[in-house]
Amino acid sequence: MADLTHAAPQTLPDMQASYMAQVARRRLYSGITLLVFILLMVSGFNLAADRNGGSFWGGIDNFFDYPGEVVAEAADKLSELPGHFVTYMPALIETVNIAAVSTLIGALAAIVLSLFSTRGLARFPRLVPVFRRIMDVTRAVPEIVIALILIFVLGGGPVPAMIAIAFHTAGALGKLFSEVNENASLKPLEGLESVGANWSQRMMLGVVPQVAPNWLSYALLRFEINIRASAILGFVGAGGLGYELKNAISWGQGKYDDAAAMFLLLFFTIVLFDQISSHFRNRLVHGRQVEMHG
Amino acid sequence: MSMTEAQTADMAAQAESLFQRKRLVAFGLPALILAYLVYVFFAFDVPGLMQRASAENARALVADTYSYKTHVTRDNRSGDVSVAIEGEKKGRYPEGTAPDWVDLGETTVIDLGDGHVVLFGPETITYDVPGYGQITATPSRSQGVVQTFPSETLPDWINSSKNRLAITTEAGRLSVTRNRAEVFRYFTGWELFFFTLDSPYHGMGATELARRAMSGEASAILSDFWNNSMWRHSDVVWAIFETILMAFLGTMGAALAALPLAFLAAKNFAPVAAVRFAFRRLFDFLRGVDALIWTIILSRAFGLGPLTGALAILLTDTGSFGKLFSEALENVDNKQIEGVQSTGAKPLQRYRFGVIPQITPVLLSQVLYYLESNTRSATIIGAITGGGIGLLLTQAIITQKDWEEVTYYIVLVVLMVIFMDWVSGALRRRLIASDDSGH
Repeated sequence: MADLTHAAPQTLPDMQASYMAQVARRRLYSGITLLVFILLMVSGFNLAADRNGGSFWGGIDNFFDYPGEVVAEAADKLSELPGHFVTYMPALIETVNIAAVSTLIGALAAIVLSLFSTRGLARFPRLVPVFRRIMDVTRAVPEIVIALILIFVLGGGPVPAMIAIAFHTAGALGKLFSEVNENASLKPLEGLESVGANWSQRMMLGVVPQVAPNWLSYALLRFEINIRASAILGFVGAGGLGYELKNAISWGQGKYDDAAAMFLLLFFTIVLFDQISSHFRNRLVHGRQVEMHG
Repeated sequence: MSMTEAQTADMAAQAESLFQRKRLVAFGLPALILAYLVYVFFAFDVPGLMQRASAENARALVADTYSYKTHVTRDNRSGDVSVAIEGEKKGRYPEGTAPDWVDLGETTVIDLGDGHVVLFGPETITYDVPGYGQITATPSRSQGVVQTFPSETLPDWINSSKNRLAITTEAGRLSVTRNRAEVFRYFTGWELFFFTLDSPYHGMGATELARRAMSGEASAILSDFWNNSMWRHSDVVWAIFETILMAFLGTMGAALAALPLAFLAAKNFAPVAAVRFAFRRLFDFLRGVDALIWTIILSRAFGLGPLTGALAILLTDTGSFGKLFSEALENVDNKQIEGVQSTGAKPLQRYRFGVIPQITPVLLSQVLYYLESNTRSATIIGAITGGGIGLLLTQAIITQKDWEEVTYYIVLVVLMVIFMDWVSGALRRRLIASDDSGH
């Protein structure tokens, strides 16, 4: 395009040549980008492999050893598996509870944060950037940091994990919620304002009905993510199934059937909540028109 | 008109029931949430937790994040006095030297400020507390620690028993046992952050440092800072790089693996239902096993380190990306493909020019979003697989005393994630915008 402005080519061959030159340049740039990307990947993998305890090619053969041992021992003691499922059910429930409570509390905090940080809706418009920065920071803190510190202060158990996940959830959902809020129509708000509604009434009656389905959909997605997070945090000492799993694994052989039972429990829980959440999210996002007519 | 009346009555009844339902939801939902929270309150044993929670630990933690203490220790057997920052070997003053508030000698005089003075005599340790009086303690082999106090009843900041004396004032702490006497003095700040005591640049002002750097000592100054044994700046930078590396390799590797597989799971590209079904279940499996279990399995095969973490992210996200990409492929507009086909394009060219340009924006924005989120996951996975900043963080937390280092790492982690968030956002805007103009 830029070429046309200065030396406008008159003849067809000229135009063709300049077009082909542009195509060639574009291809060159794409090629270079691709090459740099491949180099980054290859050298990155080599570097990571160098700094690893075991090598990649040395380990690839043993990839199935551990799962194999676990499956073999679990198969030997197949009759004990249902018993293990029952034994570890409370731990599983704790893991799911951690995720559920932290999603609930995090989402409530996110609602407040998001309403305070959306332009046009904010209670204190001058403080919008402040609340945005607060969300950025809460979002950036990995759960493990808060969990480990709280374990030191509060002792091990589900509460540190719950607080840690809720903290992160507040920031992560807050950002998504405020993006939803930005698309909300302001007309109902003006209507409510004209009849003398105060800020919280305007939000409750004017904004929430518009955005609630999307909020709920994001919260469900977050719940799914938080179940995984809660299992991982258990592994570093915050209770639930992760904690039991760590114990069984460090015990090693002889408790592989326990580990297998927990692997299965965790897997099916994650898949189950994954399916439930995606089913309801589909209904929330696509089923809205139906609800409006009904 | 009677029909309208009947209709109105009908509608009124409908509205009534609708309102009733709404009222039920409006009161029922909060009640349900409240009931659940009450259940969890007891299921998580919050009352018990409050009793077990250690206010002492919390205080120590908070104080340690912004202050440090210098230990002056006297070995009661040999009479040797040593001074060390945080009581660590790395922070020990060389033999015979001490900060200016400690006067080494036959009787070591330790000035804690505000009139608080501790004397380490040849036999007896004396603490002069302003407004209270002189406390003495004489450690002896046979009688424990012999103590004298100016008052009959002891204030609660003195903890005394036959073999131990501990005094905590606002100026510092003194503890005496049979084997040793130790004084802590607290200072604000992060000790030895730039240079350790063995560096000639310790305690030098910024202008003096700048002057020396100008006169050719820049590399020596940098190397002393970089190899600071207390804060290990070089290790920390490496660890952060390693964490970002794990996230990058995992995310990009997963995207590369998932793209071809996604075609096999999309309805409009894979006509055989069985193939589609198989690949979709594969994605569900990879995602469902979750990074935690992959990490455990992979660390058995590949040992601990960043490669294991990267592969764990790669496997989990191949599942996530496979699902997302195949959904994007199913939403592709057929008109563009037909348009490309009408120019006589072969199947591969149809994919290249008809499909890929349509899904690139979705793909890129998902991949970049995951890159940011995986930086956080890599921190957590690093704590398990032993790589990156996650490992340093957990190590520092496990010692339960290096809270200033924990604070330092947390600040760095937060900055790292915000930086990755910014990079991913900037790339997303740039790449997707330029891609639109390019086609």
